[in-house]
Amino acid sequence: MKILICISNVPDTTTKIKFTNNNTTFDVAGVQWIINPWDELALTRAIELKETNAGTIENITVIHVGLNTSDPTIRKALAIGADKAIRINAEAKDSYFVAAQIAEFVKKEPFDVILCGIESSDYNGFSVGGMLSELLDYPSVSALSSLEIANAEIKLKRGIDGGHEVISIVTPFVGIVQKGIAKEARIPNMRGIMMAKAKPLQVVEPVLIDNFTEFVSFEYPKPKATCKKIDPENVKELINLLHNEAKVI
Amino acid sequence: MSILVFAENWDGKFKKQTFELVSYANSLAKLLNSSVVALSIGKVEDDELKKLGNYGATKILNVSDNRLNTLDNKAFTITIAQAAIKENANIIIFPHNITGKAIASRISVRLKAGLVTGVNGLPTSTDPFTIVKKSFTSKAFANIVIKTPVKIITLFQNAFGIIESPASPVIEAFAPEINDSDIKTIVKEVNKVTGKILLTDAEIVVSGGRGMKGPENWGAIEELAKLLNGATACSRPVSDEGWRSHEEHVGQTGKIIAPNIYFACGISGAIQHLGGVSSSKYIVAINKDPEAPIFEVADYGIVGDVQKILPEIINAVKELKS
Amino acid sequence: MNFEYTEEQKMIQQAAKDFAERELLHDVIERDEKSIFPTEAMKKLVELGFLGMMTDPKWGGGGMDTISYVLAMEEISKIDSSVGVVMSVSNSLVMWGLETYGNDAQKEKYLRPLATGQTIGAFLLSEPEAGSDATSQRTTAEDKGDHYLINGTKNWITNANCASTYIVIAQTYPDKKHKGINAIIVDKNTPGITLGPHEKKMGMRSSDTHSVMFNDVKIPKENRIGEDGFGFTFAMKTLDGGRIGIASQALGIASGAFERAVKYAKERKAFGTEIGNHQAIAFKLSDMAVKIENSRNLCLKAAWLKDQHLPYGIASAMAKQYCADIAMEVTTEAVQIHGGYGYVAEYHVERLMREAKLTQIYEGTSEVQKIVISRSILK
Repeated sequence: MKILICISNVPDTTTKIKFTNNNTTFDVAGVQWIINPWDELALTRAIELKETNAGTIENITVIHVGLNTSDPTIRKALAIGADKAIRINAEAKDSYFVAAQIAEFVKKEPFDVILCGIESSDYNGFSVGGMLSELLDYPSVSALSSLEIANAEIKLKRGIDGGHEVISIVTPFVGIVQKGIAKEARIPNMRGIMMAKAKPLQVVEPVLIDNFTEFVSFEYPKPKATCKKIDPENVKELINLLHNEAKVI
Repeated sequence: MSILVFAENWDGKFKKQTFELVSYANSLAKLLNSSVVALSIGKVEDDELKKLGNYGATKILNVSDNRLNTLDNKAFTITIAQAAIKENANIIIFPHNITGKAIASRISVRLKAGLVTGVNGLPTSTDPFTIVKKSFTSKAFANIVIKTPVKIITLFQNAFGIIESPASPVIEAFAPEINDSDIKTIVKEVNKVTGKILLTDAEIVVSGGRGMKGPENWGAIEELAKLLNGATACSRPVSDEGWRSHEEHVGQTGKIIAPNIYFACGISGAIQHLGGVSSSKYIVAINKDPEAPIFEVADYGIVGDVQKILPEIINAVKELKS
Repeated sequence: MNFEYTEEQKMIQQAAKDFAERELLHDVIERDEKSIFPTEAMKKLVELGFLGMMTDPKWGGGGMDTISYVLAMEEISKIDSSVGVVMSVSNSLVMWGLETYGNDAQKEKYLRPLATGQTIGAFLLSEPEAGSDATSQRTTAEDKGDHYLINGTKNWITNANCASTYIVIAQTYPDKKHKGINAIIVDKNTPGITLGPHEKKMGMRSSDTHSVMFNDVKIPKENRIGEDGFGFTFAMKTLDGGRIGIASQALGIASGAFERAVKYAKERKAFGTEIGNHQAIAFKLSDMAVKIENSRNLCLKAAWLKDQHLPYGIASAMAKQYCADIAMEVTTEAVQIHGGYGYVAEYHVERLMREAKLTQIYEGTSEVQKIVISRSILK
């Protein structure tokens, strides 16, 4: 069984977001880049599965659409435990562009299980996994909080409003993962970091794809009005304000 | 031309969010001189279906195919795409929730239709079709142009509101053409709470953080939520510690919510947490640390011991209600 | 000349930072207060390969360079220098010494388990009456033909309890003075070894420090490192590298306190504005930043020389003396910036200040480093 993880390169979650060129471009100066947290959890789960099902899972590949500035993030995925990496050498334009590039690659080199994070913490598209599954005509299951593979039998748990469902599925499929799929992302160990240097990072040239959408400009959220402090000795005042001023109770 | 709305139900009843979606579609239809068609999948009684007319739906397609009782992304995609083609829809609207996000992206590819997820208002321009969405996990807004003739959006919950606009809708049975082989997901087990307000649908959310000291102190959080007909939530450390289930975690990597009031009890307000709650209409913060960043985003704040203040809030609410 | 870290170096730095924030931060204050050794965190430190990170992969180590080691030591010591010192002693004293001067049989038996983290090492040099003055060893290793008989007491030994492998510096030929000293590998569980109680220290309380008593401890001769009488040279060479570890630890203590002071200066308000907007505080922070930058550069320079196989003894002495003194200054200022909050445990800086003091004392006091540096200038 071969697993593919789609990874996105995103600003660290504590980054202060700034834009340049008249608010049309995200300012990458001084930004620390990380593997998109959901993608990293997907990768973590794949590695855990490979460790416990050594016979079933033959290899884990990560794929990324981006320029060589993403290479450190890709190397980290290799250091954590992916066996090889593919980088499609193009700047991501929108979710469809990314999904279509990955689909082209997968059509040539198929995988049994494809995992994507449910969203990316930069453009919050929530789309690549679903789009990829449709492009490949694979079934997709979204909001996975558990993925078990035992003797090639696959059991998934997906979130639904107010709970979860247990699902069985056959390969190939696209799994779109949310938090809970793995407990926490792994810190790469020294051996992993050393081995990452020697693992293959294959660069693939993109195909011509028209994007569906265009990011025109960005805005900052309006600053919030200052917080109205309520005397802790007079808590009633809070309910009074919520009732009479905000009118939400 | 028409605007197609995916009208999701929960156990045969429409959610508040569904009515908001129809209201939104109706406003958009007025802008574009179009009409609203709602598509319901699953077992919903006619009386319930008709409710969609209260918010401006003029046509309701009712799909009751037993194979669609549980969500199969591909089968739902086929169904909605067929309905969109039949109704000549040039805009399709989904809720920005698990189901909506799972299907909208597939339909985007199937209909070659540009998709923008997590939209929080009407388009700022209809030509070119420009729409605003949150990006960088609520740290910014992006203006996005959809370039394709058919456009798909998912609407953020509680971003638009519910607007009544009564219409007399036609209810029409719709039978999609689906092959059994299209359905690949087999649901083995369903595990969900019913009768409880959904966190993502709740107008009031009472949430606890590490400052609550331990799971044994959650009684007050639950009591306040119940009293206000709201839902309970928690911060990431709380779910990581196992004090509360992961389903309750709100924040950048958990659920993203937008209630009318968000009570942050003993939550310091790390930037990752704020990413999940900053769309709340009002934030009430209770924290012993006056320097806690939560106060920078809160509308109302009380500096003090949450264990002492929560019961007082409960009493004040009880007094108000009586 | 290139000031840019490599991709691997950055990854190691990030891994150390993630480890420290995830595994050490949550209970560091409690462990300090109650002098608890971080047993669980140590297991994870081992899994990540930070013990033995510089040892040749041939012996099970990580094969990383000294620059990476400096970066990792800084990140870990920012949060918890007690873990930093375990790492430093095991890596730069015990493992480096064994790898550089041990024979293959010794490496197989002792270095491999150390490098793979199955065991921890301790370096036993200091004595009640001989700290940095390694020439006046009172502990004896008597030559009994096929074995040595060790007698004496070693003081303030880091890792004394958690370690299984000791390297003991002891006098074999008192008349030959420092040329009569040997370095001997000792299994901790050899009969005749007893430990004093856990030392009650001013800081770094969660590291495991004891005195160790030897009473007719029989050690096979094959455990001697190098030629007969090589012990003093061994100790001096090993300490050269050890200083890079302690310098980086001091750097971490300083930058940890500095980061907390910056954060506090941006949050805390006085006289209507954040205290960082007051020049008194802003200039303090500026001075701290320059000193830390200098400290880091000295550490990296010494590490670079070592990686290039160039002489690094003086550079490491400079780094050790400067970083330790700066750590003391910077942590004291960090406490000052925090005001009353700085004096209580919750804000970490008072602990960092107590920890900083030790870096001026152990593995050669600041004064001893000055002896080393000045001798090299004046010779």
